[in-house]
Formats: sequence, C-alpha cells, structure tokens
Amino acid sequence: MADRSPLAPREEACCFSRSSWHTVAAAMLVIVLSATGCNRAGDSSTESPSVDTNWPPDNLSAYGLFVDNGATQEPAEGVVPYDLNTPLFSDYTDKLRFIKLPAGGKIDYHADDVFSFPIGTVIAKTFAYPLDMTDPAKGRRLLETRILEHRPDGWVGLPYIWNEEQTEATLDVAGDTVQVEWRHTDGTQRKNRYLIPNANQCKGCHEADGTDKPMRPLGPTARQLNREFPYNDGAENQLARWSKLELLSHSVDSHDAPQLPVWDDPATGSVNDRARAWLEINCAHCHNPDGPAKNSGLDLLFAQNKPAKFGVYKSPVAAGRGTGGRLYDIVPGKPDESIFMYRLASDQPQIMMPELGKRLVHTEGVELIRQWIAEMPPPDDNKP
Amino acid sequence: MSFARKLGLAFIMVAATALLGCDRADPTDRQANKQAGNTQPIEPGPDVQKRLQRAFIAAKPGDVIELAAGTFELTGTLSLDVKDVTIRGQGKDKTVLDLSGQEAGTGGEGLQVTAGPILIEDLAIENARGDALKVTGADGVTIRRVRTEWTGGPSEKNGSYGIYPVQCKNVLVEHCVASGASDAGIYVGQSQNIIVRHNRATHNVAGIEIENSIDADVYENHTSNNAGGILVFSLPNLPAKNGRGCRVFKNEIVENNHPNFAGEGNIVAMVPPGTGLMIMAYDDVEVFDNTFQDNGTVNVGILSYLVTEKKYDDPDYDPYPEGIAVHDNTFTGGGDMPAGEMGKKLSILVGGKFPDIAYDGIVDEKKLVEGKLPDKFRLSIHDNGDADFANLDLANFDLARLKFPKVSRDLAPHTGSRTALRPVQLREVQ
Repeated sequence: MADRSPLAPREEACCFSRSSWHTVAAAMLVIVLSATGCNRAGDSSTESPSVDTNWPPDNLSAYGLFVDNGATQEPAEGVVPYDLNTPLFSDYTDKLRFIKLPAGGKIDYHADDVFSFPIGTVIAKTFAYPLDMTDPAKGRRLLETRILEHRPDGWVGLPYIWNEEQTEATLDVAGDTVQVEWRHTDGTQRKNRYLIPNANQCKGCHEADGTDKPMRPLGPTARQLNREFPYNDGAENQLARWSKLELLSHSVDSHDAPQLPVWDDPATGSVNDRARAWLEINCAHCHNPDGPAKNSGLDLLFAQNKPAKFGVYKSPVAAGRGTGGRLYDIVPGKPDESIFMYRLASDQPQIMMPELGKRLVHTEGVELIRQWIAEMPPPDDNKP
Repeated sequence: MSFARKLGLAFIMVAATALLGCDRADPTDRQANKQAGNTQPIEPGPDVQKRLQRAFIAAKPGDVIELAAGTFELTGTLSLDVKDVTIRGQGKDKTVLDLSGQEAGTGGEGLQVTAGPILIEDLAIENARGDALKVTGADGVTIRRVRTEWTGGPSEKNGSYGIYPVQCKNVLVEHCVASGASDAGIYVGQSQNIIVRHNRATHNVAGIEIENSIDADVYENHTSNNAGGILVFSLPNLPAKNGRGCRVFKNEIVENNHPNFAGEGNIVAMVPPGTGLMIMAYDDVEVFDNTFQDNGTVNVGILSYLVTEKKYDDPDYDPYPEGIAVHDNTFTGGGDMPAGEMGKKLSILVGGKFPDIAYDGIVDEKKLVEGKLPDKFRLSIHDNGDADFANLDLANFDLARLKFPKVSRDLAPHTGSRTALRPVQLREVQ
C-alpha cells in the first residue's frame, strides 16, 4: 500500500478511471449476488442492479449525507447522528456515525439483536483524528467514511477515502494506508500509519457466517444505542429520539430496553460487565460460534457464560507466537500468565489481537482486561 | 484449466445452485463465464498489493486469476471471498508472494481464502508473518504445487502454519512443499474428506498435521527434519471435535530430529524432537506401508490427550486414542536419542533404545468389558518387521511421587485384526 503523500499528483490517489470503476462496481455486485446465493433482484420487478452503472458512486458526496462538502460532518436533513455505548477501538480515531432511512422507511426494533433496516438504508461511519485530543477546537483530519448500504440483495460495505484537502472522499475497494500524527490525551505527540481496510476486510467483521454469509451492521443494537446523545437541540436518549422521529416501527421506552455498559464508565457496570462488553465489541465479531475465528473455539460474546468458552483455562489452538510462552487464554488471578494479556498488549503482527483494523494498543482497554483477570476468582469446577 | 476440471466445476456449481433452490444456474452460462474469465496475468511491480487485492475483490465465480512469474512484494494479507476461483502462478519457484514487508493490522495470513470451491496452484508464499495460506469454510479445496516457506530457516519467529485449510470439506493438498513453519507445514483441521499426498514437508515443527477431522488419507508424502514428521491429533474445546478416520500410508517419515521451535503453550510445543508419527486422542487410524527411519525419540507414538497434563473443560471430548492399527510398516533405526522434555522423561522408563512403537496405555475405563477394551477400541499392531513395542502404562507414572509404571513389551494384547478403513473419495481425484 502506498503512502498518500500530499505531494503526490492527484491522479495517483485513484488509479482507476471512471469506466474501470464501474467494472469493479459491477463485479462487486456479482460478489453480492453470489454471496447471497440467489439473485433475489431477478425474482422481483426491480431492475437488475448489474446494469445500474451509476452505483456505487465514485464520490461520497453522491450519498448526500452531509451539508456542503462534508468537511464539518454536519449531517444533512434527514440524516441522524448516533453514538454507541462501547465502540470498537480503532487506533484512537474519533468515529462519527450517521444513519439515513429511505423516505417513509421504518426500522423494525429488536431488543436483543441488530435491528432490521429497510432497503435503502445508508449507515455511515467517518474515522477522523483530532489534531489535538486535549483541545478538540483545533480541528481534525478526516480519514475515511465507511458506507454500509442496504441494497435489495443485502448489505454492501464501501470504503470512501478522504482527500488531503478534505473536500471529497472517493471509493477505493482496495483500502489504503495513511500517515497521521496527533497530540494525544497525555500531551505527547503520536504517529500512526493508519490502515483503511479493503472491502474484503469489511466483510471480515460484518459478515455473518453460514451458507449465505450475508453482511450486516454490527453497531445499531438497542443495548448499544440506549444512551444519551448531544443533539444540536439538546441531549436526549437515542432510542427516545428515534422513537420521536418515527424511525422505529413502534415507539420504544428506553427504560425497558437493554443497555450495554460503557467500558470506561464505572457507573454503568461492574469490572466484569465492562470487561465483557469491551471484549465483545472488540473481539466477538470474529470470536463467536459462527464468526471468522470460530475454529479457535473461543466465544467472547457478552452472553457466553461458560468460562471455558470465553477463555478460562482454555489452551490455544493455532496461536503460534501469540502464546508468548503462556499456557492458557486466561489464568484467573494471573494476568501475566494469560495469553489474553500478551496478545492484547502487542502491536506485532502474528501476536496482536485484534489482528485486523488496528495497529496500536488500546492501553486503557487492556488495563481494564488486566484488572478483570486479576480480580477473577478461579472457576468452581477447576478440574484438570 | 483442463476440460475435465471445467466440467467438474460446472457440475459443482449446478449442483450447489440446485441445492440452494436458485434458478439462475445455466451450465452454458457458467461455461461462457469461465471463458470470459480474467486470464491476463498480473505482473509484480509497483502498487502490487492494491492491484492484486482489487483483482481478488473484482473476481467472479469461474475466474482464473493468473499471476506472472516474479516476486510480488506484499505489505499485507491478500484476501479472496469469491466462490469457484482459480489462483494460478507460473510455478512454485517462479511466482513468489513475499510477505517479508507485511504490516501489522493487515491480517494474520499471507493469503486468506474464505469461499469455495477454490483452486490454488503453482505459486509460493514466503515469510508470512502469520499463516502462509489459510482457507476457511470452503467446500472443495485444491492446493497443488504450492510452496510455503520461511526462507530464514526454522525460527520461533516464523509464522504458524504453511498450508492451512480449516473447517473445509473435500480438501486435496498435493505436490506441495512446506518448510519453516513454527507449527505445522501442512495442516488440515476441523475438516472432512481430505487427501494429503505427494507433498514434501521439512524443517517445520510438525511436517503434516491432521487435527479434529473426519476421513483423511495422508499418503506418499516425504517428511524429514521436522520436530515431528506427521501428527494426527484430536484436541478439546474446538467446535469440531473427536477426530476420526485417518489413513497414513506409503509415507517416508525420516530423520525428524529438528529441535522443536514452537512457541510454548502451543500443543505442538510438547511434541518431542525426534518424533516420526504421533497419534493423539484420534480414533480409527490406520498406519501402513510407511517407511520410518531414524526418528531419534520415537518412530510411532500413540497417546491420549491426558499425557499433556493440560486442563480442559469439554464434556463431549474423548481424550483416548481408539481403534488404531499399525501394520506392514518398515522401521530402520530411531529411538536412540530421545529428546525434549517428554522424550527424556519417558526414556527413563524403557532403558536403552526407545521402542519403535510406544503406547501410553491410558484407556477409557468406562469402556472396559471384564477388564479389557473391546476389540474395536484396541490397538492392532502386526507385521512391522522387527519393530519393537512398549506399553508405557503412563496412567501409573508420577515421577514426583516416585510412582513408576509397569512397562510392558508384550504385543499379544494389541494384535487384534481390524477391517481396513475405506479410501477417501474426492470428485475428480483418481
């Protein structure tokens, strides 16, 4: 992956001509169709998307999600910003989330699963580095906006990369690497080669497993959304706001809805609950019984209550160097004997976890897991 | 692509589509699709990571992605998630995917495939930071004339697996070369219906490993200079457990005496250097017509998982090796320099040369009938020339408490006859 130098001619930022982009676009549709097993669009009266030569758009602005050119990330009319209780760690980027429903479209609310969104829903997530984390007023550098679009054939993930001028983001299915620098919360100057994932890597997290392997959104669940958001007209619970805006098919009382702890807010849950929330959001998109890392047998979903399944005295399977010479994923009371700590605290490929979508160690999250393991009592059934 | 293979793939696609109840599969379309497939070779050179990754994302079922000769200097994992694609180089010494420059955060593999059927042939993957070639969840995997290698030689810093299909069905790995893996050179795990043949695995911790799988044929391979030549393992706490049905035959398993360079904590780290074949907790394994030569600790070890002394919590897991047959093999040398913690510890039990075939003797007492294992669970060891045998009775071995087992060299209880296992059948494979 080439660095995106500000000195590089603009043409080099995107190697594909418009027509070749459409070849890729058409090919991606074939992927979508083959991934869903059946050409459902062909069964209905809608036009086959393989002849929709204007989709996917080359430029993010075609989605009309933001006012002006999107540099301020101010949502356009009908676009709703939202936030999650415990987000995935992405190298200390700020993540700005937005959802736009098709006209008249409603979301089917599910208390314990990702909501069902109408065809035409667009979910956007912009990744940005604040220039100075101690002073947000100094502005930020937009890196990429990932689009999840609900097409008639299923969800499609599209990575749009922001230009150096911060005036437009363009589609590149192959991803990229961007050199970034910022002042961290502790006042130190930090650098990172930030990775923009390719379209397959989007699927790596967003694809449910099974025969058809459909993609799906991960974040917008009741327990993630059940929190306040600082809207322009005042703070309000997001589920209450979505109910009021009639985005949901029926009104939901946030007090009746489940709530995921905020990983770094002790008021929202015990160390155990916050650690399990952090592990689910950062690990369980792969480490679940149907996920891409199911062959490891490790299940880090919050609901998994069998200690052996979430790592307690579990021997590694294919960890290679990732064991760090340690015997079990988790040894209760002994974080320094637990493979979890070794892998979470590493930034080396083959050792570090998660192995995708980040390069930096989430120091604060790792400390939470350390405390969780240190305070963990041995399991009752501690048999050899 | 041969005509036979085209037909075969067309058949698979039609069959798969018919199963899914779709109506868009037309064999003529599929043929046309293949002929229109991209066969323009991709050249190495600048921006190759993006060029290859774009090609992999844009591929359509039936496509052939052809890679030119040369070294492709990659900076991250390449991934393919499209069914029925062929990735073809110009030869396993000519087309090289070099992962030396792989950056953190790009993934844990050199080449990662998550859709099948898949055919990968005539290329090499060198110096992957993690696994070289991983295929997950594919039905129909052919990996042919592929080389996976860590060119700096054996090192704990090398990636784990060379050729690594996992949770797949109908797997063929043939004419491959695997070297330098810090776990297994060729590993097939949690899969069904497997043929691993005509490969060469050297200088890995494990040359070839079959793990938690059902029905595998491992034959006419050469394994030498690994810590362990061939491993057939069944491990707990995995989604697919209780591996069964494995034929290991006509292999050369020679001088697997390399120091074990696996990271501590990995199951293969406990394999003693000098192991020819180790069967652990697997059921229904038939070992015949192999050549075992000069494996310094033991030519054939048959063990339960309990000897690892690792904790596990998995009530459905069966840690005992049962229904193991070892017959008509040729043994030359070996057992004369037991190595590794386990090899040294056990060698004090036997005095002098370690036996060619060593069995831990740990049995599932629940299965005993009048104090004996029923015939179908017993070992069947016969016609192995002058190979010697020992039942180490490890259930009664506790060095710390100075408790020593009754080692028995008597083969009489272990010569039950057994019906030969059925050969594995794969479509298109003779």
